[in-house]
Amino acid sequence: MPEPAHTPAPNEPRPGEDRQHPIKVEGLRNCFDDHVIHDNLSLTVNKGEILGVVGGSGTGKSVLMRSIIGLQIPQAGHITVLGDDITSAEDDEDIDIRSRWGVLFQGGALFSTLTVAENVEVPLREFYPEIDDNLRHEIARFKVKLSGLPPEAASKYPSELSGGMRKRAGLARALALDPELLFLDEPTAGLDPIGAAAFDDLIGELQDTLGLTVFLITHDLDTLYEICDRVAVLADKHVIAVDTIPNLLKLDHPWIQEYFNGPRGRAAQAAQDRGRAAQAAQDRANAVKTRHAPSPDAKAMDKQTGRGA
Amino acid sequence: MRRRCEFSAETSDAGAQTLALSGPLTVSTAGLLEGDLRRAAGSYAAIDLSQVSAIDTVGAWLAFRLADDHQARIVGASDQAQRLIAAVGGQRSEAAVRPHRARPLRRVLDSIGNYVAGSGSGMLAFLGFMGQMILAVGSLVRHPRRFRFKALVHQMELVGVSALGIIGLMSFLVGIVIAQQGAVQLKQFGAEIYTINLTGRISFRELGVLMTAIMVAGRSGSAFAAQIGTMKLTEEVDAMRTIGVSPVEALVIPRVLASTLMMLLLGFYASLCAILGGATISTLTLEIPFMTFLSRIQEVVPMHDIYVGMVKAPVFGAIVALSGCYQGMQVEGNSEEVGLRTTIAVVQAIFAVIVLDAFFAVFFTEVGWG
Repeated sequence: MPEPAHTPAPNEPRPGEDRQHPIKVEGLRNCFDDHVIHDNLSLTVNKGEILGVVGGSGTGKSVLMRSIIGLQIPQAGHITVLGDDITSAEDDEDIDIRSRWGVLFQGGALFSTLTVAENVEVPLREFYPEIDDNLRHEIARFKVKLSGLPPEAASKYPSELSGGMRKRAGLARALALDPELLFLDEPTAGLDPIGAAAFDDLIGELQDTLGLTVFLITHDLDTLYEICDRVAVLADKHVIAVDTIPNLLKLDHPWIQEYFNGPRGRAAQAAQDRGRAAQAAQDRANAVKTRHAPSPDAKAMDKQTGRGA
Repeated sequence: MRRRCEFSAETSDAGAQTLALSGPLTVSTAGLLEGDLRRAAGSYAAIDLSQVSAIDTVGAWLAFRLADDHQARIVGASDQAQRLIAAVGGQRSEAAVRPHRARPLRRVLDSIGNYVAGSGSGMLAFLGFMGQMILAVGSLVRHPRRFRFKALVHQMELVGVSALGIIGLMSFLVGIVIAQQGAVQLKQFGAEIYTINLTGRISFRELGVLMTAIMVAGRSGSAFAAQIGTMKLTEEVDAMRTIGVSPVEALVIPRVLASTLMMLLLGFYASLCAILGGATISTLTLEIPFMTFLSRIQEVVPMHDIYVGMVKAPVFGAIVALSGCYQGMQVEGNSEEVGLRTTIAVVQAIFAVIVLDAFFAVFFTEVGWG
């Protein structure tokens, strides 16, 4: 049987790949004309974590993401993603790592002339042309379902969807190839609190089930408290700290203090504490009730969020 | 070499077949495996996943689908496989992947019907648009301070000044072609000297203005449709309305006015360039000196030829701009519509310009400006 053109094998590292750190950024420098966005920025993402990236408006969070995925050529520095040097010029090699990551842009960036299901099928068609039409449609349907959309959304055009549904559709497309690495740019911005909480849960659950590494840009403090394992803080043109939120709170940087200890930060923290307490109570109750047959995803289903409290 | 997911079927003592999969069961192997399984067309009572080295959601879906098709059990699934199968499984959805499409005959009738209905409502909408224009003009006359002078000047620069190069070059070349081709024919009667009449009169009356209108339609009419269309998509037009700025006043009037005024100047300029082109080629090949050509033009081109051109030019300019702005305002939905509307704007503008030009030709001859 002839081998199709691009047939990368997912889940298989390339020779010399650092399996523990899918993203490594070293000494990154980005500037637009005279305006320096990043200077000597370094960041390492661990495998299987959800890394939240925060920073004030204009600190270059999106530019950092665009640099990592190769849309923005930096002035200096090295970026290694899944063992491939993104900053090097050879574009051919980059093609296979593109089947190992998924990107959700801020506005969803769906192809407006294709239906949601066809959007999901685009990467499948591109990388795995040997997949039969029926199977591809089925894959598109379950990805649509997995991302929390109703089945009839599959045949809708992006212009017929609401903002939240468009984000979910974008997520379905980002997940089309079962990537190891997921980039999310403000996934909950512009969603109502219920929708945002559901989206957080969805990302947490998918990360849990699929073992994804997630690079998540957000302004949403609830998202940070709820699902992020570590948080990277962008300020003064570089990453000033990467750590868990409790450890970040111990740092004496004015921006970090203002961000996490402002009124919204405290509200989000309080909500998380309440959520944790409620979950602990629920877990104790469940432990008594279902000691004998724990279903694999029962925990995820019962997980309570403290949002809106 | 790419790895594949292998399968083998074993028959147990009870006569039930077990399908054993081995290797990576992922999106990269799913396509080939599914084809092979379809060709093998077995029926299985159990699916053994114990030899599967890696699994993702597509693999899980394939396992779930196999189990569902054959009413088989899944055995030997790892923890991860079980979770994935639980996550993707459930009710198999038959939801359509794209909206329902009618049968071809029905679609043809549909599109003819839509076209007819669309033309009718399009005419009404255009009438409405013209009404809005007139209202906006009326309110600007009453409140002249609201007139956007800066926008007008900016549009005049875009439509007029930046087009000088391309329109000049195009007209110059057209002038060369007219003079050269005309001379070849006129030579047969020994009337080469009439090349001057031909070039001068046709430039002022017809080609200078017509070619300019076509160029402006392509350059500026399309730009108007695309700009306003994109502003409709990004809700800028709606934002204007809510702030109390009339989009017709702010967007349409300056463009139409700029295009009307600039077409007048561009048409005259294009005619001059065409004559210069004719004069150049005559000097080089017909042995009519450059200055003689120009002074003969003064004698043979009647003044009313210039009036004819200068009456037509602003009308063409207004039509081009109106068509561009109207189509831009009609954009709704997605980015594809912007392209579609831009195309329609240019095609309609050029078509309307040529139809009107035919009417003008007859009209001016009838009124004695022949």
